[in-house]
Amino acid sequence: MAIVNMTVNGRAVTADIDPRMLLVQFVRENLRLTGTHVGCDTSQCGSCVLHVDGQAVKACTVLAIQADGSSVTTIEGLSAAGGELHPMQAAFREHHGLQCGYCTPGMIMAAIDIVNRKGHALDETTIRDELEGNLCRCTGYHNIVKAVAAGAEAMGREPIRQAAE
Amino acid sequence: MTGTGIGAPVRRKEDQRFITGAGRYTDDLSRPGQAHAYFLRSPHAHAKILSIDTAAARAMPGVVAILTGDDLAADKIGGLICGWMIHSKDGSPMKAGPHPALAQGKVRYVGDHVAVVIADTYAQARDAAEAIEVAYEVLPAVVDARAAQKAGAPQVHDVADDNTVFRWHLGDKASTDAAFARAAHVTKIDLVNNRLVPNPMEPRAAVGEYDPGNESYTLFTTSQNPHVARLVLSAFIGVAPEHKLRVIAPDVGGGFGSKIFIYAEETVCVWAARKVGRPVRWTSDRTEAFLSDAHGRDHATHAELAMDENGKIIGLRAQTIANLGAYLSTFSSSVPTYLYAPLLSGSYDIPAIYAEVDGVYTNTAPVDAYRGAGRPEATFVVERLVEVAARELGMDPAKFRKRNYVKRFPHQTPVIMTYDAGDYGASMDKALELADYKGFSRRKRESARRGKLRGIGFSSYIEACGIAPSQAVGSLGAGVGLWESAEVRVNPTGSIEVLTGSHSHGQGHETTFAQLVCDRLGVPIENVIIVHGDTDKVQFGMGTYGSRSGAVGMSAIAKAIDKVIVKGKKVAAHVLEAAEADIEFKDGKFTVAGTDRGVGFADVALQAYIAHKFSGQDLEPGLKEGAFYDPTNFTFPAGVHICELEIDPDTGVTTIERWTAVDDFGVIINPMIVEGQVHGGIAQGVGQALHEGAIYDESGQLVTASFMDYRMPRAADLPSFQVGMTVTPCPSNPLGIKGCGEAGAIAAPAAVMNAITDALGHEDIAMPATPQAVWRAAQKNAAMRVAAE
Amino acid sequence: MYAFTYHKPSSVRQAAAMLAKNEDAKLLAGGHTLLPTMKQRLASPSALIDLGAMPELKGIERKGRSVVIGAMTRHGEVAESAVVREAIPGLAELAELIGDPHVRHRGTIGGSVANNDPSADYPAALLALDATVITNKRKIAADEFFQGLFVTALEEGEIVTKVSFPVAQKAAYAKFRNPASRYALAGVFVAKRGSDVRVAVTGASENGVFRWTAAEEALKARFTAKSLEGMAPSPDGMIGDIHADSAYRAHLVGVMARRAVQAATSR
Ligand SMILES: Cc1cc2nc3c(=O)[nH]c(=O)nc-3n(C[C@H](O)[C@H](O)[C@H](O)COP(=O)(O)OP(=O)(O)OC[C@H]3O[C@@H](n4cnc5c(N)ncnc54)[C@H](O)[C@@H]3O)c2cc1C
Repeated sequence: MAIVNMTVNGRAVTADIDPRMLLVQFVRENLRLTGTHVGCDTSQCGSCVLHVDGQAVKACTVLAIQADGSSVTTIEGLSAAGGELHPMQAAFREHHGLQCGYCTPGMIMAAIDIVNRKGHALDETTIRDELEGNLCRCTGYHNIVKAVAAGAEAMGREPIRQAAE
Repeated sequence: MTGTGIGAPVRRKEDQRFITGAGRYTDDLSRPGQAHAYFLRSPHAHAKILSIDTAAARAMPGVVAILTGDDLAADKIGGLICGWMIHSKDGSPMKAGPHPALAQGKVRYVGDHVAVVIADTYAQARDAAEAIEVAYEVLPAVVDARAAQKAGAPQVHDVADDNTVFRWHLGDKASTDAAFARAAHVTKIDLVNNRLVPNPMEPRAAVGEYDPGNESYTLFTTSQNPHVARLVLSAFIGVAPEHKLRVIAPDVGGGFGSKIFIYAEETVCVWAARKVGRPVRWTSDRTEAFLSDAHGRDHATHAELAMDENGKIIGLRAQTIANLGAYLSTFSSSVPTYLYAPLLSGSYDIPAIYAEVDGVYTNTAPVDAYRGAGRPEATFVVERLVEVAARELGMDPAKFRKRNYVKRFPHQTPVIMTYDAGDYGASMDKALELADYKGFSRRKRESARRGKLRGIGFSSYIEACGIAPSQAVGSLGAGVGLWESAEVRVNPTGSIEVLTGSHSHGQGHETTFAQLVCDRLGVPIENVIIVHGDTDKVQFGMGTYGSRSGAVGMSAIAKAIDKVIVKGKKVAAHVLEAAEADIEFKDGKFTVAGTDRGVGFADVALQAYIAHKFSGQDLEPGLKEGAFYDPTNFTFPAGVHICELEIDPDTGVTTIERWTAVDDFGVIINPMIVEGQVHGGIAQGVGQALHEGAIYDESGQLVTASFMDYRMPRAADLPSFQVGMTVTPCPSNPLGIKGCGEAGAIAAPAAVMNAITDALGHEDIAMPATPQAVWRAAQKNAAMRVAAE
Repeated sequence: MYAFTYHKPSSVRQAAAMLAKNEDAKLLAGGHTLLPTMKQRLASPSALIDLGAMPELKGIERKGRSVVIGAMTRHGEVAESAVVREAIPGLAELAELIGDPHVRHRGTIGGSVANNDPSADYPAALLALDATVITNKRKIAADEFFQGLFVTALEEGEIVTKVSFPVAQKAAYAKFRNPASRYALAGVFVAKRGSDVRVAVTGASENGVFRWTAAEEALKARFTAKSLEGMAPSPDGMIGDIHADSAYRAHLVGVMARRAVQAATSR
């Protein structure tokens, strides 16, 4: 067993874990933050994407213990319960960027990461290329692409929120 | 139309939970005292099980139980069933071999279930599974359906020598042969409809629970049709009595057919929960999903089209061999038969059609319905035939199609179906315009200047959806009726719960069904909630597949709403002290005709429950109505998809440049959601045409058993789609809905392959048209050009 | 995964000592090769030694005529590095083609080089740029470092600390992705320094990354895509799988080589 400390969605957590516990298992099973999903076992589908120290990572391919000392943000941490949605969340709803919802948390976390790296004016080719690590089986990506573009723009209009993330 | 009524692009009510991570999928549940199941699967495609030694594994830490097929037999648990009886040409019933949830004596495909380990943790269960010693006598395997029918092929089931489950046919052979005999031109093609792995992003999962106090069971499962699961698990498999088994399908992360079926794992979780006295949970990993989710398609077809001297189609015949895998999955037998051959008329007026279909066992995962189920296979045959015929006749493929379209309705095809309404020419014209068909040759020249090959391809598909009238499907062999049920419960405050037998796993029912209620009852959409996916709440339902939730599921709701209005009028008559016949209901208000006296819907609801204004003798209190709706016909969505693509002959990479879809889905409840369904279907169809294919090697190992090898469509593989609609309301249901869930997947493969063959200038390429395959075909193309010069 | 113990030393020396003590221990860098393998139960190290806490393994520096990259530098950092973009843009472009953004946030150059996957991208860059792999014990030229499938010159207990890339005048990478896994199905890195031209091919050969000498000779004569017209390596010894048989792979190597030269000459 090993002690791990991290901040998850702004909350400090400490746990004594089996070192083989993956970060995705830690948030889902220990913290019961089940919005982060698992869709494959070869690190490809991106359903498990969350942020570690502000960067999108596949939580199925990171040990929880590797995130020791880090700050982790999951889909649940984007907006306060019952509070205002993050602009990217709102854009996914507005543009019907989700159907079954399973890939959605990973998509949204990946999308925010794209904006953090590439800025607020994203063209279609950039968005499609940057979604390389996220599979969706429902939407044909059409509306996801629209949602990411709109969400990126909206994030640009809300500088204060973004800084808080 | 109100802002939230029928036809409005209402933003989805269910999204709030999905975008905030508050969705609840089966694997998200954590049950007190739960144990974890891990299935030991066969590493061999075909083998006798000589012995299973679990002694060492039982002694491993955390192990609660290890169960095998012998334990199932001892508890008299029945096998999994196939619910659709097919009879062969000679009248004999299909030959269905046994399908135990855990293997009994033999394994028949890689991934077949050998034993289950139940332990305190998943890791412990998996560790222990590795310690189980199974002695196998490995047998030769066969994975190709055509090879399986050959003399001397390994026999998968004792009941089916030559591995043939049925030799079925449809249509009139004599008149079809006669048409071919007098044809001026005959087009012949051989096609393979590649095997696909459905891959909804949420893997299958199940949690079984047993409550000894009530002797009752609960199954949480990733199901598209929880009531059917309960029926099969109780009436046929016999793990629990129907009234003591509650099946809950919570949020389900996509299905595409693969979550219709009743599988071994959920059966075992329910059964084992009682045996071990703890909740038993299982979640598939992706590799298990590849190995053991029912696959789709896998047909080999020879087809011919006969034309007269005017380019009018006069006959079609097809011979198809369908790979059904190692066992007959729940609806597998219906897919290559009644969901396939009745669509071979396409959108065309073809007087004579004859189809022969053999269903064949092989040592591969079971094959069953996958988005479109039979109809993509039929569309691929018809639309490739028609395209090739047009080319052979030197006719424009759009004109050739238009010449042969069905133009008068209702239209009786020679293969069962009565098309009730449509205007295929209108869809084609609109699609040609949106696709700028006129500008294609200019774009082709421009591509050529850059050394690229550009092609355009059509797919003028039709599908039979909403399945369907119970009497009709019953006469064709279905073990169930295909109606739907609904209950509309109006609460005293006027808020409404709608209980539906349809199941939403991405389709947005919580929104579209609520829109119907808003539209009809004039209540705000926030006051409506859609309840589904729980057999304790919803009385019965047939579930969601075959694009049936709108046409059948919503029609049931509409029927129940009508009853609510009738009852509401009675209540209003008492409240307003008027004659019931004088009460009108409009815009959420009951009024006395010709007066301004009225009462709102919510007030009527309250009055119905307090019942102060009437006595129980003349009117029952309460406002709750149920309905079962059985449609009068299939529905026939149809449309035209046009794919324009560019091939890089140096690498074989195909880029889809433009996609135009014009669909006729009848009346549309929510265009935003409908378009989303079309987008997703197209992506799956493009996936089939260009990328996806399940490959077994000769020994029966699945080579494409992960996303590392199985090529899923990604964002960068697809363009934005141009989606247009035409509308001819469906006459056979009260809402005029035809259904939209499968159209894209049905239409797309033929459009892509017609475009690729157009670009290449020859037909010699199969799905999936991978870069390698396209490069080879382009080489041939170049060689042909050289030869011609 | 099988059980293991986890260690996070704060210096390379400590890590080396731990490795020496524990035979079945493995170094953990980004974990994006090792963890998937462990999840599939194909590897079962008894201990993982995490290299994540060592500042000495991080960073990108211009040192004279070379760019030196610390072993724990993530692919994304290389892709976005102004130093790399300026000195060897082709290297940054290669890094940007590895996996996907999330993979690039975790995977490291040290892990990629040490792993020497026959379909990995970095080995092509190291070989074509005539890079030097620096370990806790010595310096190893790329030509000596890569020794076939998953085999390198690294000895037991040896840790890659840096990779030093001499700056080339012209360099570029062209990659044909494996349609499913997105690793290189055929990746070609070309580099020209003075009169020397090196062409390294990854993803294609059954023996891992290799130099395509025929192409090098042709390009030495004239560094233009035309020089490679119609050229492809022999299909013998090329990988054949469901996505590409050996003939198609060999052909793609030719196409990618021309495209890489095209890119290198059009900057
Ligand atoms: C979905 C996905 C897609 C990918 N696509 C690509 C791709 O397109 N191209 C590509 O090239 N790669 C690809 N990769 C691999 C990725 O780049 C890996 O990150 C990389 O190959 C290994 O680096 P790592 O830091 O993750 O190493 P780890 O996985 O941590 O380690 C790999 C091996 O190297 C050893 N090791 C690590 N660091 C050192 C060191 N400093 N000294 C000595 N030994 C060490 C480890 O012990 C282990 O044996 C992909 C990976 C994934 C999951």
